[in-house]
Amino acid sequence: MTPRRFLRDLLIVVLAAAAVLTTARAAHVTLLNVSYDPTRELYQEYNVAFARRWKEKTGDAVTIQQSHGGSSKQARSVIDGLEADVVTLALAFDIDAIAERAQLLPRNWQTRLPHNASPYTSTIIFLVRKGNPKNIRDWGDLARPGVSVITPNPKTSGAARWNYLAAWGYALRQPGGDETKAREFIARLYGNVPVLDSGARGATTTFVERGIGDVLINWENEVLLGTRELGQGKFEAVVPPASILCEPTVSVVDRFAKKHNTLAVAQAYLEYLYSEEGQTIAAKHFYRPTLPAVAEKFAGQFPKVELFTLADIAGDWQKANRTHFADGGVFDQIYLPGR
Amino acid sequence: MISGRRSAAGRALTEPPLVRRALIGASLVFLGAFLFLPLLAVFVFALQNGVGAYLAALVEPDALAAIRLTLITAVIVVPVNVLFGLAAAWAIARFNFFGKNLLITIIDLPFSVSPVVSGLVYVLLFGLQGALGPWLQAHDIKIIFALPGIVLATIFVTSPFVARELLPLMQAQGTAEEEAALTLGANGRQTFLRVSLPKIKWGLFYGIVLCNARAMGEFGAVSVVSGHVRGLTTTIPLHVEILYNEYQFAAAFAVASLLTFLAVATIIVKTMVEARSRTGS
Repeated sequence: MTPRRFLRDLLIVVLAAAAVLTTARAAHVTLLNVSYDPTRELYQEYNVAFARRWKEKTGDAVTIQQSHGGSSKQARSVIDGLEADVVTLALAFDIDAIAERAQLLPRNWQTRLPHNASPYTSTIIFLVRKGNPKNIRDWGDLARPGVSVITPNPKTSGAARWNYLAAWGYALRQPGGDETKAREFIARLYGNVPVLDSGARGATTTFVERGIGDVLINWENEVLLGTRELGQGKFEAVVPPASILCEPTVSVVDRFAKKHNTLAVAQAYLEYLYSEEGQTIAAKHFYRPTLPAVAEKFAGQFPKVELFTLADIAGDWQKANRTHFADGGVFDQIYLPGR
Repeated sequence: MISGRRSAAGRALTEPPLVRRALIGASLVFLGAFLFLPLLAVFVFALQNGVGAYLAALVEPDALAAIRLTLITAVIVVPVNVLFGLAAAWAIARFNFFGKNLLITIIDLPFSVSPVVSGLVYVLLFGLQGALGPWLQAHDIKIIFALPGIVLATIFVTSPFVARELLPLMQAQGTAEEEAALTLGANGRQTFLRVSLPKIKWGLFYGIVLCNARAMGEFGAVSVVSGHVRGLTTTIPLHVEILYNEYQFAAAFAVASLLTFLAVATIIVKTMVEARSRTGS
C-alpha cells in the first residue's frame, strides 16, 4: 500500500466514524446531568423512570447522559464549558459558583424549585469496622487520641464540607461551646486524619478497599449503600445522636439548556424528582425524601438523628466558605499536613 | 598458551556462578513480583464472575462507546504524530539550522510535563473562561469536553514518541545513500519512498506502536479535558475508573484487561521488530 492510498483510506475511516457518531446522537433529545459522586446509582434508576414518564406524556424519547465527580470539580467543569442542561450537586455553594463566575444561570436559582431546590436531603454519619473496636459513638470520639479518621478534602469535596460543618456544629452545640472551643475540637479531629482524598468515593475506597482508618465520615446514603454493596458484615454504620441536615441542590443551567433547546424537558426532569415516583427512587437509594407521604413510608430505613441546619451553625454558604474553607480560613489554620 | 590466557581473562571478566545466579534470580523475582503478578491479577479479577460476565462487561453500550472513542482518538492521533515525527526527525538529522537544539528540547517537553498540566493548558485556552472560550461558544464550536479536546491532549502527550525513535536512527545513518540516489537522477519523492523510508521503516513502525499504546492508554491529560460524560467522552482508561468507582470491580478489570492485551501486543511487536531489524533490513 502506498502512503498516498493509506492516507486516503485513513481519511475515509475517520469520516465514516465521525458520521456514525453524529447520526447516532441526532435522533432524539438528550440531556446532560452533571452530578456529584454518590448519586451514580440514584440517577441510573431515576433516568430510566423519567424517560418512560416523558415518553408517556409527550411521546418524545429522551436520553439522559451522566457525568460524575467531586462536586466542586464538576462545578468547575461546567464553568469551563461542560454543557450541562441540569446540575445536581452536593451543595448550593457549587451551583452559586456557576451562577457567579460564569453567569450561566440566575443568582436566584434556589427560589425556582421547592425546598430551596433540594428535592432530597441527607445527613452525615459514620462507618466503622466490624464490632466497632474503637467504640465510636459520637463526634467527640473522633477527636480522641489514637483514632484514625478518614474524610475527604473540604477544599475539593462537597461531602467533606458537610463533614467538617457537622463536626463544627457538634462542638458549638456542646454545653459552653463557642467558636474557640469548636476550633480547638476541629483541630484535634483533623489531627487524626492520615489522608485527605479529593472526593467522597475516593475516601470510601481508602477506608474500605485499602483498609486505612478506624472510622469513615460520610454521607448517610453512601454509608448505608456501602454497608450493603461492599463486604456485608465487615463494616457497620454508627449514627451520632445529632448531625447536620445536608441539602444537595439541583438547577437547570439556563444558558446551555436554551442553547440546546431543552429548557422544558430539563425543567420537567428536575420537577419530577419531587413526584412520588422520584421521591421513592431517591429513598430506595438512601436519600431522605422531602415528600411527607414517601418519607413516612421509608421512615424505618433512616436512623433517628437530631438534625441541625447550616444556618444554625455557620450562616449561609458564602459566609461558611469565607470563614472556613477559603484560603487562610479556619481549615487552613488548623490543618497541618504531615504533623 | 594464548587460548589458555584468553579463557583466564574471560573468567576474570565474568562473575562467579553464585553471584551470577543471585543476580538473575533477583531480577526474575523482581519482574515476577512487580510486573507479572499485577498483570496476572488483572485477568484473575476480570474473570472472577465467569467468562459470561467478562464478555458482558465488554459489549455493554458504555464500554463499546469508550472503545470506539479510544479507537477514533488513536486513528487521528497516530498519523498526525507520524507526520510530525518524520518531519522533525528529518529536519534535525539532515540539516543544521538556528534553534536546532531548542527544537530537540521542545520535542522532549511532553515527557517532562505532568499530563495534568498538558490537559489544563487546553482548558485554559479553550474553556469557557479561557482565552478563546467566548468566541468558540458564540460559534458553537466544542473543543474541550468533546472529541477535539481529547484528541489535542493526546497529541500533546504522545508527540515525542515517533520523533524520538527516528532521530538517533537517522543521525546514525547519515545522508550518503540519499546523495547517491539524487546523483543517479531520482527526484525527491522517489528518494524518500525508495531509499529513506526503507532505511527507517522498523524504527518508524516501533515509534507508531509506542505512540498508539500511549494514545489509547493516556489517563491524566484526557481526564482533565473529558468532562466524564458516560458513553460520550469517556475513553477506555476513564471508563475503567468509572466502573471501579461504582464498585463494579469485575467489569472494571475486564475493561482494563483490554489495555493489558494492548500492552502485551506492544511488547510482542517490539520483540519481533528488534529481531527483524537485527537479521537484516
